Amino acid sequence: MRRTIAALAFGLIAFSANAETFQERMAPCLACHGERGQSETENTPSLGAQQAPYALIQLFMFREKLRTFEPMNEMAKALTDDDLRTFSDFIAKMPKPVPPADVGDPARMQRGQALGQQHRCNSCHNPDYSGKENVPRIANQREDYLAKTLGEYKDNSRHGYDGSMADVMGPITPAQIADLAYFIARVR
Amino acid sequence: MMSYSSAPRSLLLAGAFFGAFTLNAAAQQPATPPAAGAAPAAAAPLPPGSPLIGRPAESEAAAKLAPIAPPPLAAAPDKLPTAKLKLPPGFNIEVYASGIANARSLIEGDKGTVFVGSRLLKNVTAIINKDGKRSVKVIASDLYRPNGVAFKNGTLYIAELSKISKIDKIEDNLDNPPKPTVIFDKLPKDEAHGWKFIGIGPDNKLYIPVGQPGNNVLHSDAHGLIRRINLDGTGDEVIARGVRNTVGFDWHPETKQLYFTDNGRDWMSEDVPEDELNRVTKVGEHFGAPYCLQGNIVDPEFGWGKSCSDFTAPVALLGPHSAALGMRFYTGSMFPKTYKNAIILARHGSWNRSKKVGGDLMVVRLNKDGSVKSSEPFLTGFLEDNKYVGRPVDVLQMKDGSLLVSDDWNGAVYRITYGKQKVAASK
Repeated sequence: MRRTIAALAFGLIAFSANAETFQERMAPCLACHGERGQSETENTPSLGAQQAPYALIQLFMFREKLRTFEPMNEMAKALTDDDLRTFSDFIAKMPKPVPPADVGDPARMQRGQALGQQHRCNSCHNPDYSGKENVPRIANQREDYLAKTLGEYKDNSRHGYDGSMADVMGPITPAQIADLAYFIARVR
Repeated sequence: MMSYSSAPRSLLLAGAFFGAFTLNAAAQQPATPPAAGAAPAAAAPLPPGSPLIGRPAESEAAAKLAPIAPPPLAAAPDKLPTAKLKLPPGFNIEVYASGIANARSLIEGDKGTVFVGSRLLKNVTAIINKDGKRSVKVIASDLYRPNGVAFKNGTLYIAELSKISKIDKIEDNLDNPPKPTVIFDKLPKDEAHGWKFIGIGPDNKLYIPVGQPGNNVLHSDAHGLIRRINLDGTGDEVIARGVRNTVGFDWHPETKQLYFTDNGRDWMSEDVPEDELNRVTKVGEHFGAPYCLQGNIVDPEFGWGKSCSDFTAPVALLGPHSAALGMRFYTGSMFPKTYKNAIILARHGSWNRSKKVGGDLMVVRLNKDGSVKSSEPFLTGFLEDNKYVGRPVDVLQMKDGSLLVSDDWNGAVYRITYGKQKVAASK
């Protein structure tokens, strides 16, 4: 199964019932999250090249309703442990999202970059914001989704897997959230 | 006693830390006049709750470190690392129960049921021993970070992030357990160090820690402490302060004094401060955090004007960033006599250190006066090529003298026995 998925991810067509089923199962995900790792849907994250351990944790949290968003709780409800692993491995192999064409307002980009350093976002999430293991890739994530998520971590309406993000967001103001989201969405 | 550093070296390290800090702050804020040696002021704009406080921004090695989250799915029984684990001669280890994702604190009921808390999931699980068969069952769900479990006179006590609840006669109702009833909720709701270990003392009171709400922060009177309540939720009283984050404690079987592990702050350096083993000798003692670390280092940020001599020093140091968590006195008779009344403690293992430390159990032996005589590794092998194949959280001596160990990385509980015991079917 796993090998089949890898083959799919590299764009090969595998003629097996499994592959067909998986493609069918993946289709509704991609309808909102984007065919090539890049979401065109408001407030819906791009999934491309997401860290597999992070994706697994999120799918698990949706299934267990540790993270609440009804459409995703519904989608994840019936997934088995193996499904969670398969989907997260697949997500990790999709192409990473690309930065928007506009390079951004230099003053805002500079403010966002400084905040990223000051609050050490660039430590756990890596200097290029590609993430590692349980820490997500956030580089070139949708700006609206970034701003929404940072706000939810700040007021703890989105419970993290652990408390790290609630902790980090404590002192960050709404205006700073906007700058951070603007910068991270456009980081190159 | 393990010691990785001496005071003069820590002072040097503290100096280096400050140097990096000043440079970094100056680089980020070119508009600010570079006031020579204005190091403490440079710390002001940092987020007080951040687990990353103090990380030197210019260090590539430091940038590689981040808190390690365990997988959310329990490992399959055939993937458990039992064969890699090492114990002193004569001891055996087997899988006691598996499939308990994020297995954390352990407690045994009067009738032999083992209850398992969870930090990242919302369940408390029971390992049920009935008619010679063992099974695993969720007995309480929809809880928020139910890390702590305690048991007394048929009642199970559960500690969520900010409240304590109980289920009476739990072992008579395992098939259809009632929902927990809240007995105490006057607790802060901070996520950072908000999950709790709990225990019931020889005084029949329930002990509840409240960690510092962040890596290294000046905090309110409601944080950085251990308190105790009567089992009906009344009589709330603080018994220790200056506790950064304890996730394990137990009472000396003879002196009845409380011993607790405490996790040291992050990002100060690779080698200091170390985690602590502490002893409470009187109500209201202050154990130093966040002013004095490991008993002999004043904190680079908050230690100004403070002296370590004003605080109670630890009785042992347990390694830098090693995350010393669960601990119990061994009072059983299955293990050799040299283990009698010794502390067996779990070091979950470091994340804030390039070369990982911990991921093991230690045995700490005490002198007659309650001070520490020696400490040595007991169970090792969870750390392989600087990566975890498992992470021990809590230990629990069973009535038969065997010792359970929880592993939140694999979602399993192991059992350690001594002598010619039946070795389980694990490989």
